Amino acid sequence: MARNLRLLGFLALICASLSISGAAVIRPINDAHRSAALELFVPTNGSFGSLEEAYEALRTFQIFGVEKSTEISHATCPVVAEKLGSSSFISKDLFLALRVNSILGCQIDARTFEDVASKLQAVIKNASSLVDFHYGVEGLLHIKDQGISVALSDADGTFHSIKALSQSDGRWRYDSNSAESSTYAAGIALETLAGVVSLADKDVDQSKIGIVKHDIIKLFDSIKSYDDGTLYFDEKHVDASEYKGPLATSASVIRGVTAFAKVASGRLNIPSDKMLGLAKFFLSIGIPGCTKDLFNQIESLSHLEDNRVSIPLILSLPSTVLSLTTRDQLKVEVTTVLGSAAPPLTVSLVQAFRSDSKDTPVLENQELQFDSENTIHYLDIIPLKLDAGKYKLMFEISLHDPENLNTYATAGRTSVMAFITGSINIGKAEIGIFDSDSGKSEALQKLDLSRDSALSLAANHLQKLHLSFQLTTPLGHHFKPHQVLLKLRHETNVEHIFVMESSARQFKIVLDFLSLVEKFYYLSGKYEIELTVGDAAMENSFLRALGHIELDLPKPPEKAARPPPLPVDPYSRFGPKQEIAHIFREPERRPPKELSLTFLALTLLPFVGFLIGLMRLGVNLKSFPSSVVPASFSILFHAGIAAVLLLYVLFWLKLDLFTTLKVLGFLGVFLVFVGHRTLSHHASATAKLKSS
Amino acid sequence: MIPVHLHFEEIEKKLRMAKSTSSDAQMLIRSLRTAYAATPTNLKIIDLYVVYAIVTAVIQVVYMGVVGSFPFNSFLSGVLSCVGTAVLAVCLRIQVNKENKEFKDLPPERAYADFILCNLVLHLVIMNFLG
Repeated sequence: MARNLRLLGFLALICASLSISGAAVIRPINDAHRSAALELFVPTNGSFGSLEEAYEALRTFQIFGVEKSTEISHATCPVVAEKLGSSSFISKDLFLALRVNSILGCQIDARTFEDVASKLQAVIKNASSLVDFHYGVEGLLHIKDQGISVALSDADGTFHSIKALSQSDGRWRYDSNSAESSTYAAGIALETLAGVVSLADKDVDQSKIGIVKHDIIKLFDSIKSYDDGTLYFDEKHVDASEYKGPLATSASVIRGVTAFAKVASGRLNIPSDKMLGLAKFFLSIGIPGCTKDLFNQIESLSHLEDNRVSIPLILSLPSTVLSLTTRDQLKVEVTTVLGSAAPPLTVSLVQAFRSDSKDTPVLENQELQFDSENTIHYLDIIPLKLDAGKYKLMFEISLHDPENLNTYATAGRTSVMAFITGSINIGKAEIGIFDSDSGKSEALQKLDLSRDSALSLAANHLQKLHLSFQLTTPLGHHFKPHQVLLKLRHETNVEHIFVMESSARQFKIVLDFLSLVEKFYYLSGKYEIELTVGDAAMENSFLRALGHIELDLPKPPEKAARPPPLPVDPYSRFGPKQEIAHIFREPERRPPKELSLTFLALTLLPFVGFLIGLMRLGVNLKSFPSSVVPASFSILFHAGIAAVLLLYVLFWLKLDLFTTLKVLGFLGVFLVFVGHRTLSHHASATAKLKSS
Repeated sequence: MIPVHLHFEEIEKKLRMAKSTSSDAQMLIRSLRTAYAATPTNLKIIDLYVVYAIVTAVIQVVYMGVVGSFPFNSFLSGVLSCVGTAVLAVCLRIQVNKENKEFKDLPPERAYADFILCNLVLHLVIMNFLG
């Protein structure tokens, strides 16, 4: 159990890093989530690995309205039937199987269900831990949904036992032995209590239900929040073995609270902004990257979609970039978390602030019109005379039917960042070279910045370069973009970038080359001029090549800084390296083959001479023993010597020393034995001859 | 006029003197040869073997002089094999020679067995060093 939870914690870490979109923009669930679910929940040959994973996949598909495939039923139903039909008492297995079966609707006969029901009743009667109660009660609830009549006999007692595990801060313990209380366990407990109430054959004591409602309020007091207004539940202590992460914990609490709100009569006094905060939390994680997180997200949002506490309504903008050139309208969508229609309401733009003047609103109290065909609230921004720039818009929702205020949760004020973009006019562009002592110069020439120019300027270090232009918005105001940069690039690719300042409604820069001589590393020559003007609200941001300027700078003194080394292409180190010329040892000069063969013959010549000499001397084999046994020993002796010599030849040709020594050992022993016999026989023979 | 028979006498005397020096050398060689012929056959065989080994060594050294000593280990092993076996044969001759009083009690078969054994060990080492 602990190992599984550790795995879950690790999985949560991976899922957090795999999450696709950031937490900035909150949008209701849409088709992107649906296709992500289809991509993530992929069965292998129809089965999902375990019943838990199968349930996650099937429930997610059920919420998205994806049709059940027969392949999945064929693969999973046998497993379900086997688990339900087996005689085991493991309540977890029965619970998981019943859960999957409630979606798949496998063909299980009523007898099996009745057997399982009686087993679960026994589990509940003997249960002491929260999870046992949970499996038993939820299992019975699933069986009841199949049409079998089940009832919890001692509902009050069960309720009391579960309630006994609660703590004063609204959390629950897993069983009476554990010291730590857990928020996740609170969610399980509330769900189980709701199950007990709906299974009870007679009504449960209302005062007990009231106490649980009180516990829920206390549990919601421990809710945590992020800076962007999202709320979530998390454990008090992050204990590595049992820790499940805020997503799973919040999902568990929502499951429990919405289930309990369904069965409890009267209202739960949970403030609606907390439900909205929880909804925003689940929507702000974007599209999770792993199955467990996606399941928790979608299942919690489906519980929030139609719960009896308050249904959150999400205000979102389909597009946060509006263009003045294409005369876009400001469009706002208000839906439930899963994208269903909201009740009749009006959206009004309460205030709009420009990013550079955060105190004074540029717009106040504009009501948006409703387009019932596309269920979108819209506002024409052209008549409002809004200029290009970044805006913070504050919206407010007002429901038409005052009774809906209890059912739905709308935020007080929702703020959204939006861009209004437009085409910026560039005018009065001038460029020229000044002499530094005289104030004016006739050399100022007009520049057309709507396309690249090919100017050819020349200056020495005593002169100055002057460039100026004006930027105006579509409404005629002076525009200050985010980037206005002038770049001078030398032939050797050394670059210098200058930021242009804005003053008195125009952008101007004067490059005094006398002061820049050191910065330019005293490099004279041709410099390419480039002008960059860009901003997020500017539709026609540009990078213009203006031409080149020939700079004549003085010679660098000895101590001048050298220009920085040019960056080496970082991928060049993966290219081929320099060729290495190896120097090999010259092979020794060998003699010609014929000479060697001649000398080989010459070497063998003395052996021939030796044989001839032996014959001249009259060598004979007269003293070779004549009788059989000594003769055989003699032959063996000579054969042994020949064998050793042959071994030596083989050793030279291909054997190694160890094999040779091994064989030599055997041959030597043999030779010694045989030689001894032969020579002693010969010695005795000569001794006999001498004596006789 | 010198008489012809006196001329002849002078020539005869000169020839006799020359004959005596050359005949001295010849007599020396002849006596060595006859003395050597008296040695037993087995010693003659060993002497022939020694001569054979030395001649082989000399031929190897001449070859090295011609082509240079590149695989020096091979040259050494070849020459030392010849020289080593010659040395062992000389030892055998000393031990087998009946006129040698020092080795009177050593049976020649024993000396021969030693000769064979030492040769086998020498040639194992030579083969290893040959490369």
